[in-house]
Amino acid sequence: MAEITLVEAVNLALARAMSEDKDVLLLGEDIGVNGGVFRATNGLQARFGRERVIDTPLAEGGIAGVAVGMAAMGLKPVAEIQFSGFIYPAIDQIINHASRMRNRTRGRLACPMVLRSPCGAGIHAPEHHSESPEAMFAHMPGLRVVAPSSPARAYGLLLASVRDPDPVIFLEPTRLYRLFRQEVEDDGVELPLDACFILREGADATVVTWGAMVPETLAAAEKLEEEGVMIEVIDVATLKPLDVETILRSVEKTGRCVIVHEAPRTAGFGAEVAAEIAERALYSLLAPIKRVTGYDVVVPLAKLEKQYIPSVDRIIDGVRQVMEAS
Amino acid sequence: MGNIEMGFDLHMDLVQLLSPSGEISKAASKSAKDIERLVRFYRAMTRTRIFDNKAISLQRTGQLGTFASALGQEAIGVGAAAAMEERDVLVPSYRDHAAQFYRGMAMSECLLYWGGDERGSDFKNARGDFPNCVPVATQAPQAVGAAYALMARKEDRVVVTFIGDGGTSNGAFYEALNMAGVWKTPVVFIINNNGWAISTPRELESAAETLAQKGVAAGVEGRQVDGNDVIAVHEVVRRAIDKARSGGGPTLIEALTYRLGDHTTADDASRYRDPEVVRAQWTREPISRLRAYLVSEGAWSKEQEAELHKECAEEVDREVAAYLNASPLNCDAMFEHLYAKLPDTLQWQREEARRFAQRSANGNGNGHG
Ligand SMILES: Cc1ncc(C[n+]2csc(CCOP(=O)(O)OP(=O)(O)O)c2C)c(N)n1
Ligand SMILES: [Mg+2]
Repeated sequence: MAEITLVEAVNLALARAMSEDKDVLLLGEDIGVNGGVFRATNGLQARFGRERVIDTPLAEGGIAGVAVGMAAMGLKPVAEIQFSGFIYPAIDQIINHASRMRNRTRGRLACPMVLRSPCGAGIHAPEHHSESPEAMFAHMPGLRVVAPSSPARAYGLLLASVRDPDPVIFLEPTRLYRLFRQEVEDDGVELPLDACFILREGADATVVTWGAMVPETLAAAEKLEEEGVMIEVIDVATLKPLDVETILRSVEKTGRCVIVHEAPRTAGFGAEVAAEIAERALYSLLAPIKRVTGYDVVVPLAKLEKQYIPSVDRIIDGVRQVMEAS
Repeated sequence: MGNIEMGFDLHMDLVQLLSPSGEISKAASKSAKDIERLVRFYRAMTRTRIFDNKAISLQRTGQLGTFASALGQEAIGVGAAAAMEERDVLVPSYRDHAAQFYRGMAMSECLLYWGGDERGSDFKNARGDFPNCVPVATQAPQAVGAAYALMARKEDRVVVTFIGDGGTSNGAFYEALNMAGVWKTPVVFIINNNGWAISTPRELESAAETLAQKGVAAGVEGRQVDGNDVIAVHEVVRRAIDKARSGGGPTLIEALTYRLGDHTTADDASRYRDPEVVRAQWTREPISRLRAYLVSEGAWSKEQEAELHKECAEEVDREVAAYLNASPLNCDAMFEHLYAKLPDTLQWQREEARRFAQRSANGNGNGHG
């Protein structure tokens, strides 16, 4: 078993999916010879050919629309949008078509496609390269929205996403692409697309997070443990459909909840998690729910991105607030 | 050789007035050969190239973020910007600092931008110009809108906008061209066709024989020019601008050049293209071509060359110092200019950002980050 990075795990899962199913193909900008700007598709064109690993013209709306057409005709396209800041023209196709092809045709046609895109800040990238658009997609009926936070989960969740009969938005945190390595067995075993993962158990407070904020949250958990506060860390992993039960069970146990995400606060996905808890577990709460999120500002350029991304300090502060409230 | 007097030319012969070896064409008008102006072009192109070298080395030494150099493409920006009036509006992509410098953007502003500081887009000069545009092709419809506004307000100003060869594959580009054609807006589209969109070669972007042809279906005149020939670029753009200014509507100009460098400092072009091909393209690059002509006319000497390099290096050093010594940004900047007035409901978020910035500056935050 090899120790690999998250981006290598993406590559491994794509190779696995392509070798087990001839209908799987990849399309996107610079994904072929160049192997993608993050090398997520490195070597795949050489291995599977130009017909299955397509370097497309520069047209995100077109890439998404072509993928819809391919999927409706039985292929399983995995489209890469080079950075999620450029995903917006693709949204028309995703919302108006991918997410509702099955519904509109009463199941006659479907859209088994994956739209992968790197997201998030923290790698000193230029303008428009640091977006966190998960809430927009989670809002749309008919989609699955997945955000891996480790090499193993990237592998298992991406395999599941490719094999899933419906469209999946797969958001890969660039900050984690090469942050750490993990042993990942290329066993073709997928992970469930309807389950949160409890990364660390604790009795004092539940911290719900996903994607790029998972390492900071785990670092906060370790610091808090030093002062005797044990937090339960939940990686949502699949934002939609949301495994509310796992979150509720945890909050019922701890009585406290902090939600951490990098995207701006207002109408962020944390609001959805908080609303579910408020509706279904309010009486278990010992303290008001707390959100630690990006500010409601345009994600800043490199010089200030550290001050934008929720820090370990802010997460710890948030947990202390719910601890002190009761 | 194309006849630049021609009107709507479907053949779109390539306009070239200065050959790669520096010979001037008989078709070049007297004004096109104006030596004083050509020296100005030469200086501007050299200045941009010296800046690019420095910016790349700043990036390599961790003092600048990702940077997109204009190496080999200086003639397009300089030739086009020189054809504009100061009051005209530039709607750039992200690789157009040759034009921006010509229009008065400070090198330190360019460095701030790529160094991750929003103040780089608050230009001291050319304050009506649009900021860099990274989402490829989104600038094209904006240029049409800007031109529409100038037309509606009866202002004697035109818009010049740049886009890459890859950018012309994007729907926004076609939509922009189409609208410009319908409304006859005073806008000049310049395609910087450098042969590559990161690793994607021109032939994988479009099956069209030329990119200038893309104007045809939109009823927009298309022209093709040697983008490494600053004299031809200037002539063709000047005519397009004159036409736009006099109510003749838009023009699409495809300027043929070659990206001699990596796409950006984050790219490694040796992964996808043959260095031999790149080396061959160096024989066509714009600066030595113009130098050869100026020298042959007795208008440029070794001494002047050395003096120019010294001047440029000094300017670049001053500008780098201004960039490196820029006042530090504090977290308030995230909230400034978000709205004309920060809503009261956001004040507490700014307070929170300040509080955590203070804690981390004092080193008494919880943990790292
Ligand atoms: C809409 C959009 N998609 C993808 C990108 C990522 N990207 C940045 S530059 C580039 C290639 C652009 O090529 P071209 O238009 O030819 O301009 P050049 O960089 O060669 O000047 C790509 C794909 C982007 N910035 N915007
Ligand atoms: Mg290009």
